[in-house]
Amino acid sequence: MGFDLTRRRFLIGSGVAATGILTGCDALVENAKVNDVLQKAESLTMGAQRLLMSHQPLAREYTEADLSPVFKANGSTQPDSEEYARLTVSNFADWKLVVDGMVQRPLTLSLAELRAMPSRTQITRHDCVEGWSAIGKWTGVPLGLVLERAGIAPGARYAVFHCADEYEKTLDGSGQYYESIDLVDAWHPQTILAYGMNGKDLEVAHGAPLRLRVERQLGYKHAKYVMRIELIDSFKGLWGGKGGFWEDRGYEWYAGI
Amino acid sequence: MTSVTTGTGNTGMVMPKKVRFYRHSVAVRVTHWLNVLCLSFLLMSGLQIFNAHPSLYWGQYGADALPDRSFISIGAVEDGDTIKGITRIGSLSLNTTGILGASTEDGELSPRAFPSWITIPSYQDLATGRRWHFFFAWFLVINGLIYLLYGLIAGHVRRDLVPSREQLAPRHLAHEIAEHARLRFPKGEAARHYNSLQKLAYVGVIFVVLPLIVLTGLTMSPGFNAIFPWLLDVFGGRQSARTIHFICASLLVAFAVVHIVMVLVSGVWNNLRSMITGYYTLRVEPGKDQSNGL
Repeated sequence: MGFDLTRRRFLIGSGVAATGILTGCDALVENAKVNDVLQKAESLTMGAQRLLMSHQPLAREYTEADLSPVFKANGSTQPDSEEYARLTVSNFADWKLVVDGMVQRPLTLSLAELRAMPSRTQITRHDCVEGWSAIGKWTGVPLGLVLERAGIAPGARYAVFHCADEYEKTLDGSGQYYESIDLVDAWHPQTILAYGMNGKDLEVAHGAPLRLRVERQLGYKHAKYVMRIELIDSFKGLWGGKGGFWEDRGYEWYAGI
Repeated sequence: MTSVTTGTGNTGMVMPKKVRFYRHSVAVRVTHWLNVLCLSFLLMSGLQIFNAHPSLYWGQYGADALPDRSFISIGAVEDGDTIKGITRIGSLSLNTTGILGASTEDGELSPRAFPSWITIPSYQDLATGRRWHFFFAWFLVINGLIYLLYGLIAGHVRRDLVPSREQLAPRHLAHEIAEHARLRFPKGEAARHYNSLQKLAYVGVIFVVLPLIVLTGLTMSPGFNAIFPWLLDVFGGRQSARTIHFICASLLVAFAVVHIVMVLVSGVWNNLRSMITGYYTLRVEPGKDQSNGL
């Protein structure tokens, strides 16, 4: 009897303790100071990776035999703006990539002009932040060549990719997809503006007519439906100020892990 | 560092001697409890991350687009007005409603692989889960390196953890397994050192499972893949590494369960005190174990 009572008290006690720990955990999760401390790990990760990457190694490239039979289309798969719909009708013949911001010569480039530039084809693995991976073959123009043509103005630190898709419908337009990378990744040889996938034109579901490939980072950095590349020195003035759609929603800006 | 209290008691009978000795150094105690903290948060945030894509694959790629190559997946299916949690292992499907696949969140049965009471945060939030996971991953690695450095330099690994040749003899191991199964543990002087099953478990966790879970974690990082591409070859791809990472986490949970049960059944206060103050008390029967030169 005594044992039973103790046991019951123990069980009730553990139940209360477990609930207490849970509530405590969520309180910690929502505490701004705790978040500030936890976020320090991101700089540590980026610092460590950049230190070990100082020789600019390439991401692993695979062979045709390694291609995923089905490449999962994720995020937006069909931008629903009228402008985008109009562009698809003419198969992006009227589409123009704008390169502006802190550049010496702002550019507008048609798809044909991008295709006429030197290209790079790479078979790489796409890693989603959720945990899945798919292997695809990408063809496009190295971003560095486009930036070279525009000429980067002194003080520019980031390339921002403004996209055609609104991933979250909001009144103020803050659901517009955008991403940014720094110039270290912008000049990496595998960082390309892809217009081809698996030997064909890039499909709408995968970001037609142009998507970014930044192979040493997670999938959400690989902006689809790129309309404009803007060179900036700080992303403070852009939407949530964190440098990207998912970054504004709590994800790391440096997505190398 | 050994103090002895002998009692002859009022009855005049000879009582066992209590021998108090210093078992755990301050480095072992501090790193042990920090490890408890790190692994608890890593498990809870890890399950939060797993919930974002609750399928495991083998090889370089794997996604839930057809054809589904996963060999383990935890999901929910509609079942009339409600939902059912289904855990699939290969071709075997199990109804795991309430725990895996579908469990109660805010009083409602919701589709989620692992239940809210074991994830951090309790609700679905991958970004926060990742932030906690990577913070405590760094913490675990730094804490682990301090422990290893100390353990190797101060002789803790060689003296306390590496089993002796006699301890590894099959006869001895068989005897110890049989004794453990009957919950009979070494007493007196024999309890001064870890027994061989303990040593093997600790060595396995410290030198196999923990390094493996860190390396497979790094193998999931696209940045680290560019830095150390050989990791992909060692583990057979990013998705294999993710699966091994999950298996290692399961092994650590299994270890922790056995470890806690053993602590509870082999003298809980004595064990806990020794991991807090460092001092462990042995009961030595007079007339026995006199060979230690006390």
